[in-house]
Amino acid sequence: MDDRQQHPIAGSLIALATALALILLGFDALVALGMLVIWIGSLYLISSRPPQASPPARAGIISRENMGELIEHSATPLLVLDRGRIAIANRAAQKMLGKHVVGQDARMAFRQPEAVKLLGRKGNGAAIVRGLVRRRDIWRINRQKVDGDLSVIELISLTAEADISRAHTDFVANASHELRTPLASIIGYVETLRDDNLDPATTRKFLDTTLRETYRLQSLVSDLMSLSRVEAEKHDQPTEIIDLAPVVERAARDAAGSERASRMKFEIRQPLRIQGDMPQIEQLVRNLVDNALKYGEAGTPVTIELAAAKDGQASLTVSDQGEGIAADHLPHLTRRFYRTDPGRSRASGGTGLGLAIVKHIVERHRGRLDIQSELGKGTSVVVRIPTAPNEPDELS
Amino acid sequence: MAEHTVKAFDEDITRLRGLIAEMGGLAEVSINEALDALVRGDEVLADQIVARDKKIDALEMEVDKLAVRVIALRAPMADDLREVIAALKIAGVVERIGDYSKNIARRVGEIQDRKRFEPLTLLPAMGELAGEMVHDVLTAYAARDPELAREVIAADAKVDAFYDSIFRNLVSYMVENPATISSAAQLLFVARNIERIGDHATNVAEMVHFAATGTYPPDHDD
Repeated sequence: MDDRQQHPIAGSLIALATALALILLGFDALVALGMLVIWIGSLYLISSRPPQASPPARAGIISRENMGELIEHSATPLLVLDRGRIAIANRAAQKMLGKHVVGQDARMAFRQPEAVKLLGRKGNGAAIVRGLVRRRDIWRINRQKVDGDLSVIELISLTAEADISRAHTDFVANASHELRTPLASIIGYVETLRDDNLDPATTRKFLDTTLRETYRLQSLVSDLMSLSRVEAEKHDQPTEIIDLAPVVERAARDAAGSERASRMKFEIRQPLRIQGDMPQIEQLVRNLVDNALKYGEAGTPVTIELAAAKDGQASLTVSDQGEGIAADHLPHLTRRFYRTDPGRSRASGGTGLGLAIVKHIVERHRGRLDIQSELGKGTSVVVRIPTAPNEPDELS
Repeated sequence: MAEHTVKAFDEDITRLRGLIAEMGGLAEVSINEALDALVRGDEVLADQIVARDKKIDALEMEVDKLAVRVIALRAPMADDLREVIAALKIAGVVERIGDYSKNIARRVGEIQDRKRFEPLTLLPAMGELAGEMVHDVLTAYAARDPELAREVIAADAKVDAFYDSIFRNLVSYMVENPATISSAAQLLFVARNIERIGDHATNVAEMVHFAATGTYPPDHDD
């Protein structure tokens, strides 16, 4: 005990000296004594240690309160049931089911028959419930027993999954439809060609059409393949360092071919190096230039501009002078098989996948795609890709 | 709602409300499936709905018993009494809603030649509306939310308007196609049943409002 209690010696001495001084100054000795007692007494009161808090008796056991804190910030809606009642609902669960559910019977929150069946069962289990909050949503409810009375309920939304699988089904349906169209005309013409009494001119014409449709089928299949390849690699950023200027120019000439090469106007000012995937950048440029040449007015120039944008980005702009695209089409342009004018697109050999591929390539390069268009004037597509950090010795 | 000194009373009220929610969940599914079964002509599903109604009836009995027990043993007062009385009445109404779904399911087999029967396409939208009312009113009951209850009451006007237009539509269809009168008449009953479901959802909404606030909604007119 002694080592804990400290004697306030210095304080007591000062108090004593003050008391003596008071007596010497002519104060009543009783007053001075009284002051001395109160002073020193208060010093002892201050210096004594506060009573020690007794150590927590049940450290390590998770109480109901800190169980609530444990799950409170989880993004997954979680609830703790005490027998049939909701004892704890974390923030996500309260947001989803409403604040009122805490303390109520669990059936108030999950009244769907499958869920009620799960709640009534002993032991662990899962149920899939439709229309838990909104009409068309789908949730999986997992129930895990903790001990005799408590169980944890976890809610997992399957709505997004169902949407994705619907989008997938839609894509397969669209792709099959696109593939069948050229195939149907190939079959039709070839069946007619089997007829022996065809004059050579017609035969020739039919063969040309068949060939054209075959090419279209081929480009559709190769576009689908590159789309799936780009999508598969979507998350790993390319590592190769490439100089954009020569790549852009080569790919653009490649896309134009000899007949349309004269329409191209290059404005490439400086070398710009990005971290990129060579074949994909080439494809991006090819698709953009091909679109611009196709939808620009015949004979009008197509400008391909490469410049350094402000924030360390390379910006590639491909502009045409054509009839432009109406504003309400713009947000959908990068959707697969989306066409502003289906008839014309097919007639010019479009697959409906060009911009979807461009978008995926740009995303893989951590870039941005902007499409600006004015009706009657033309369209310009801007691709911005971050430039590679300067390491001159790497580029020979 | 504040906790009671007698824990057992709290437990009884919670259980009562849980039972009502369970009944409501069953009724909700029955409405949606009844219309599905009707449109697709799925008699297996229709039989399941008829069987499910037994479960709803059993739950109603359970609610009755528990409510009477609570009143007899605990002599609840004020909002507690309102809660128990409302539960008793709501259970009765939800049971009726279940019956209407059962009636719709029973008519599934009576519709002939459903592929070329266009009035059939009108009913699902109306059923969806009524199903949504039932869904919302149960949510209002769970949350003791008088605001949502009033919204449900307002939505009934839409179901009524739907009923009027389907009625006129069906009558003119019957005049033009006398051969389909027996099927079309069945659909009239179905439309009538859906309209009644909407009315009953409104009744529940009024009781929810009553249990929560002690008054009936201001525009309470029937």
